Amino acid sequence: MSTAPAFTTRFDVERSTQLSRVSAVIACLGLAVLISLPWWGETGTMRLIAEMAYFLALAQLWNLLAGYAGLVSVGQQVYVGIGGYVLFATSDWYGVHPLLAILISGVAAAVISLPMALIVFRLRGAYFAVGTWVVAEIFNLFVAQVPQLGGGSGYSLTPEIVRSVAADRAGREMLMYWMALAISIAVIAFVYMLLRSRHGLALTAIRDSEAASESLGVDTYRTKLMIYVVTALCTGLLGGFIFLQKLRISPEAAFSINDWTVVVIFMVVIGGIGTMEGPIIGLLIYFAMREMLADYGSWYLILLGIVAVAVMLTAREGIWGLIGKRFDLHLFPVRRRLIQRPDSDGKPG
Amino acid sequence: MAALLALDRVDKSYGALKVADSVTLAVDEGEALGVIGPNGAGKSTLFNLITGDVAPDSGRISFAGADITAMAAYRRSRLGIGRSYQIPHPFANMTVFENLLVGGIFGAGRGEKDSYPHCAEVLELAGLIDKANLPAGSLTLLQRKRLELARALAMRPRLLLLDEIGGGLTEHECNELVETVRAIHARGVTIVWIEHIVHVLLSAASRLIVMDFGQILAQGEPRAVMADARVQEVYMGIPAS
Repeated sequence: MSTAPAFTTRFDVERSTQLSRVSAVIACLGLAVLISLPWWGETGTMRLIAEMAYFLALAQLWNLLAGYAGLVSVGQQVYVGIGGYVLFATSDWYGVHPLLAILISGVAAAVISLPMALIVFRLRGAYFAVGTWVVAEIFNLFVAQVPQLGGGSGYSLTPEIVRSVAADRAGREMLMYWMALAISIAVIAFVYMLLRSRHGLALTAIRDSEAASESLGVDTYRTKLMIYVVTALCTGLLGGFIFLQKLRISPEAAFSINDWTVVVIFMVVIGGIGTMEGPIIGLLIYFAMREMLADYGSWYLILLGIVAVAVMLTAREGIWGLIGKRFDLHLFPVRRRLIQRPDSDGKPG
Repeated sequence: MAALLALDRVDKSYGALKVADSVTLAVDEGEALGVIGPNGAGKSTLFNLITGDVAPDSGRISFAGADITAMAAYRRSRLGIGRSYQIPHPFANMTVFENLLVGGIFGAGRGEKDSYPHCAEVLELAGLIDKANLPAGSLTLLQRKRLELARALAMRPRLLLLDEIGGGLTEHECNELVETVRAIHARGVTIVWIEHIVHVLLSAASRLIVMDFGQILAQGEPRAVMADARVQEVYMGIPAS
């Protein structure tokens, strides 16, 4: 038994690694290059980067939900759709400025997610997955019945609203590009900070053993509920932004399980679920394949399927799961390392 | 003085199987209570009822003067009921130190930074300080048992429920563990300890209860209880003459 005095003087807790500090600097440089893209890049490149940015944000959100909170939802498209439709409705009906409407999209998605959680949280495992999907389909069918929202064929933002975003097309392209970067980076930074916080600690604990978490004072239900609502909020924001960029919305596009959930699950599972690095790798693989195989029509979907099956059979923890574990790499460290100070009798920390 | 923990005629059945049959029990603050009984006697169920992992069919459970019969498990932990599981439930993907932080932050309700020194101290007490940064999934059985204990201690419990932390260990390892538990008890933590290894309990407990078929068969001073003819029959398989 130890009788040592103040332990704060003998131990430090380290949160970052050498690698993470280096990669953070590289990421900042890369970001600076991306921000400057509109001055030297083509519109097509800007659109591609913007799309990658919001898909990365969607992937990190789904990863937070499924990989950390264990809530394997296949209905997150409902919040993309709600975000999109709320943006159209508030800007069209009430004349809210579209950029402000994006925020309302997020809030609306969060508000709707609460009662939704009360329903789907009664379901477990596969039933939860199916339940979230069913709820998303109900929203899809419901919106198609509302003529004020364009019914089943959808509708477009009026030219006045489009002009209120930026005066001309080039200006709008630039603004949309920077916004895609800003929103996505904000969402990803938020997810990272959440995972580094005490909530991240609770989430990881729940994932490893729900019973032990409860026995140590973790409110597992509330933690999961909080993650579900926060994820809905961010997904709604992204949904609002995505359809502001597209200028046109329809139930099919807004609540598309393929576009907003299947592709995102592909990225997360291929890259490595339950890590922040995984979705980045999954994103790069997905877009590389899509761009390379663009001329071969639906072949690319078949190939995506084959890659998914191959990775799931050979590397169940995804590609980052293989690399990261083997070399103990952490680009986004969330751990707390306890280190003994070399000068144990040194000054108080 | 009211007992720290009290169970009043608590029942629990799974179908026709009664795992808790009108269990009435009081544990005083500062006590070290040993629990023995054959497999399936309802020992672990007793713990699950106290921690809230399992809800009783009837009866009343109170802790520190509050009725906790219907209270959620995590709230009971925050009141100061800590436990170790018979089969260790480590948070395998977290480091050993982080395993303790969960208890320190959520169970003891301290801030994250405030929990660091306490958790480091508990790691030293439990003999795991040099394993602090290893993933808990990489620990050996003895280390996992120690982690169960350390994690429960990190939440600064008033009552500590130990479920066979000595099981599967060598004699020497077991003795070390007993010393650790004694040190914890000496700090004023009330302990209820389930163990199959009778001599371990005899050396650490001030009172012993024997369970069989969900009932408390006998209780009292450890050596007197072990000498009881019914206990000898049920537990040691020695027929009563």
